[in-house]
Amino acid sequence: MTESQPPQDLSSSERFHSEVPRRDFLGLAALWSFLVAGFAMLLGMLRLPMPSLFPERGSRFPIGPADRFPPGSVTVIPERKLIVENDKGGVFAMSLICTHLGCITHRQPDGSFLCPCHGSRFDAKGDVIRGPAPSPLHRLAVFQAPNGELLVDSNDLVDDSFRFKPSEEA
Amino acid sequence: MPALRELAHNLRRLPGNMKNAFLRHGAPTSDRARSQAVFSNFFLHVQSTRVHRHSLRASTTWALGIIALVLFVILCVTGVLLMVYYKPSATEAYDSVKDIIYVVPVGRVMRNVHRWAAHGMVVVVLLHMARVFYTASYRAPRAFNWVIGMCLLVTTLGLSFTGYLLPWDQLAFWAVTIGSNIAQSPRELTDALGITSSFDPGGFAKHLLLGADTVGQEALVRFYLLHVIVLPALACVLCGVHFWRIRKDGGLNRPAGVDESEPEPETSRPVFSETSDKSYALVGIVKGRSPVVDRGPEHTVPSWPHLLYAEMLVLVLTTIVVLVLGYTLDAPLNVLANPEVPENPAKAPWYFLGLQELVSYSAFSGGLLIPTIVVIGLLLIPFLDREQADTGVWFSGAAGRRVAWRSAVFATVFVIGGLAFSVNYGWLRDWYPHIPQLVITFVNPGTLYVLGIACWSLYVTKRTDSTRLGAIAVFTCFLVAFAILTWFATFYRGPNWGFYWSRASWPVVH
Repeated sequence: MTESQPPQDLSSSERFHSEVPRRDFLGLAALWSFLVAGFAMLLGMLRLPMPSLFPERGSRFPIGPADRFPPGSVTVIPERKLIVENDKGGVFAMSLICTHLGCITHRQPDGSFLCPCHGSRFDAKGDVIRGPAPSPLHRLAVFQAPNGELLVDSNDLVDDSFRFKPSEEA
Repeated sequence: MPALRELAHNLRRLPGNMKNAFLRHGAPTSDRARSQAVFSNFFLHVQSTRVHRHSLRASTTWALGIIALVLFVILCVTGVLLMVYYKPSATEAYDSVKDIIYVVPVGRVMRNVHRWAAHGMVVVVLLHMARVFYTASYRAPRAFNWVIGMCLLVTTLGLSFTGYLLPWDQLAFWAVTIGSNIAQSPRELTDALGITSSFDPGGFAKHLLLGADTVGQEALVRFYLLHVIVLPALACVLCGVHFWRIRKDGGLNRPAGVDESEPEPETSRPVFSETSDKSYALVGIVKGRSPVVDRGPEHTVPSWPHLLYAEMLVLVLTTIVVLVLGYTLDAPLNVLANPEVPENPAKAPWYFLGLQELVSYSAFSGGLLIPTIVVIGLLLIPFLDREQADTGVWFSGAAGRRVAWRSAVFATVFVIGGLAFSVNYGWLRDWYPHIPQLVITFVNPGTLYVLGIACWSLYVTKRTDSTRLGAIAVFTCFLVAFAILTWFATFYRGPNWGFYWSRASWPVVH
């Protein structure tokens, strides 16, 4: 087996010895820089379809003066897909958009909410009592503008203990 | 002067030289010349020059692949015509579709044909998949072509779904609202785990699809782009690869030994009228499998005329059918989209209604998890069943036919039983109102169907000791379950997705 061993006279060239020959190394380097550059370019282009600002108008909108929602009232605002209630504790707003797949629930005579698309049913407090909806109807934060009008922020979700006390003097 | 004379001479010869430069082969007057034409003509070279007699039989393919291609071409042509007038604008789309129906010359018919061809294509692509499966034509070396075929199926469904939004009517708006919220449904999982604020693939997918929080102008442009250029281009590329691989993988599948079992037909000789010893020349240089490698040409016939005329017949018949449908049955157009009031019931097109039934148990598991499992399962079939016996035989023989029947009966009883149970007794949340959402996501009628079908196929595989029969079991169950869920959601689901025996008993809802 000794005759198959390479000659050992490599004292000067030993430091050049490597697993990958130089030519292959350059080829691989070219290939990988091509792939990395292509991938980076692709990532850059893929950023385009995701807008940094969505086209919808602001999420905060007015729902009317505070006296539109007297204690004990339940007001449905269809164009905002919203129901605004005022119990003893104060005003709170609940989205009518079904948490399952985004259809608009209808308020039933008994106060529950029924979704026409897949039959989810929510009780008067918005908790799921039937169907595929994964979570209760969203509660939205209520504010008051300086002119006394009430505002709702559809991106500001709050828990079901939220109550807003409108100030009367406005 | 000689140059001028030559110019005059060239001018006189212009038509003939032009024709020779254009065609490069002689008049198609002999088998040899026609084969040369098929070989050298760009549009004909998709075909092999000779085709096996068995491949030409209607009972081998039912021509389903060609019908699907013809429908795709019809869709491209009518689609481009519709684009002349269609405006992808939320305020104008609906009116432009009305113009196409009521004002544009032959607009109504073109729109109807587009619709019927689209529905036909979904049916035919599904049937084509079933044909390929039941004749075991997915096996090596055709395994990768089955994968391409699955990609084409998904692309076809994507084309249908994106086209659904374009009329901008009530049905379109709410079907796409539901569809985009299905894309968002991983939130069902991330919400339950409480990680949505840091990791929200659902919200990302929805925003990518809609370009907004709700379906509107941005979504319409995106769906339009997908429908008229991105997905058709993808389908064209995939079709090209699909057809190319048919030839590279040895032509259409046929039973082993079909050459020996049939008497050699008299009419197929002589093969090439002039120089029969050159019959291998066209394919001899091509590596790999081709229809005549290792075989004599005796059982093959020239593609021109046999295959080309058969294809022409399919083209004409398919066109006649969609034209007759287009002239007699109008594609519906609902009222203008109203983002404040959903349709009740808001039903997707029929081929998505099975999915909608599953979605009515859980958005994530019915809309994403189960379809992903099904597509991956179908994709893997050629790599899990690697038997070679009875390739090219319908159901792989009597045992396969028996397994298919039993699986059909099993799936029918199992799925109808599941539907009857959930309609009558409800599901977990009706019994345990405070049950965690995660349990419902993973334990609902839909996931139980998948589990039951998987168990049944494993049982069949073990019992028969054959991966092919196990594959027949799982595929048959999938087809039957798909059909039953579609049929059930189409005819027995009414307002609020309630169960009604007939449309006549639907209550009046607002």
